[in-house]
Amino acid sequence: MLKHIGLVAGAVAVLLVAATHVIAARPAAPTTIDIKEFKFGPPEVTVAVGNRVTWTNRDEETHTVTSATGAFSSTGLSHDDTFTQTFTRPGRYAYFCALHPQMRATVVVR
Amino acid sequence: MDRMNRRGFLECAAWTGAAVVWTASGGVLSSRLAARAEAAEGEAGTFSFVQISDTHVGFKGQANPDAAATLQQVIDRVNALPTRPAFVLHTGDQTHGQKAGAFDTVAELLKGVKTERIFYVPGEHDVFLDGGKEYLARYGKGTVGGQGWQSFDYKGTHFVGLVNVLKYKGEGMGSLGTEQLEWLEKDVAPLSSSTPIVVFSHVPLWAVYPQWGWTTEDAERALAYLRRFGSVSVLNGHIHQVLRKVEGSVTFHTAMSTAFPQPAPGSAPAPGPMKIPEAEARRMIGVTEVSYVPGKHPLAVVDSTLA
Repeated sequence: MLKHIGLVAGAVAVLLVAATHVIAARPAAPTTIDIKEFKFGPPEVTVAVGNRVTWTNRDEETHTVTSATGAFSSTGLSHDDTFTQTFTRPGRYAYFCALHPQMRATVVVR
Repeated sequence: MDRMNRRGFLECAAWTGAAVVWTASGGVLSSRLAARAEAAEGEAGTFSFVQISDTHVGFKGQANPDAAATLQQVIDRVNALPTRPAFVLHTGDQTHGQKAGAFDTVAELLKGVKTERIFYVPGEHDVFLDGGKEYLARYGKGTVGGQGWQSFDYKGTHFVGLVNVLKYKGEGMGSLGTEQLEWLEKDVAPLSSSTPIVVFSHVPLWAVYPQWGWTTEDAERALAYLRRFGSVSVLNGHIHQVLRKVEGSVTFHTAMSTAFPQPAPGSAPAPGPMKIPEAEARRMIGVTEVSYVPGKHPLAVVDSTLA
């Protein structure tokens, strides 16, 4: 029972933090990146901590969105499939397509 | 039709209907129309095998609504050859992006090939999701350390299957890796230089077009172990079109896909499935038959399409 109370309290705390953050940061609309003709466009985007980035594959060929450090990875994205990643820590996130590793791009989180 | 497609079409139209035999003589390739029964009339030691590549089962798009169906058509074509192939080489990209069930579908379809055995090497589409776990569970048995590469001898010819898609993240090109290269050096060391060598791998072992990743970064080291041999044939896939190159005693040959063509190197903004009318695409997907006739033609490579 005590454990449960602890969990609930924790959850409330997280919600409060999240709510505060929402008010303070006023997150922009989710950032979108197109995968087209074997390129991520734009090749570099900057987002605020807590924001989401959504990739859409416009090619017929399958692509992936794969972090160079293993921080995140989509599965194979078919034509018009999307992949969304929320970035919770600041930093530079280099990523590539695991099927076509010459496709490289970066998400900067501030 | 834009310039790129038209050029690709004209290039491939040369093979339509009749097969073309490529014979290597004095290091120079020449072509002529194939008498398809030629191999069947061969003397002792003659054999032929088939290369199937880039079946991409699981792909569905304008470039091919059903890659399993075109694979079946290619299999029918192989089974109709006048000479039953001794074996088949599948040079990778069996599946399109490891789609669920695709490996099973390919395995089921390939059971219908009239041949003794099928040898495999993986393409990047077969291994990128899980680092090759599923592929090697299915096809790693009997390969060196279960890692997918292998060699075997058939009627005096030494065959080497190499894996160049498992260390693929570096600069966007194929890579063999030190362990495999060291194995290759030892594997061919005891062979006489007169032994015909056939090497097969997915990504080309020559720099077709590095900007699109159509090369293997450490291929030169592999070729250094092979240059002393009088006849080396390198069979690759990956680029979904036939390209040839001769370097001394080494002949490079890439196979068509059974699923969809890709643009000629640098002729489009990017590689990838070409969206072209089905009738035209059928002239650009197909299969490769290779015949070995002792003393006559070191290796005759025949590309035939579905058209």
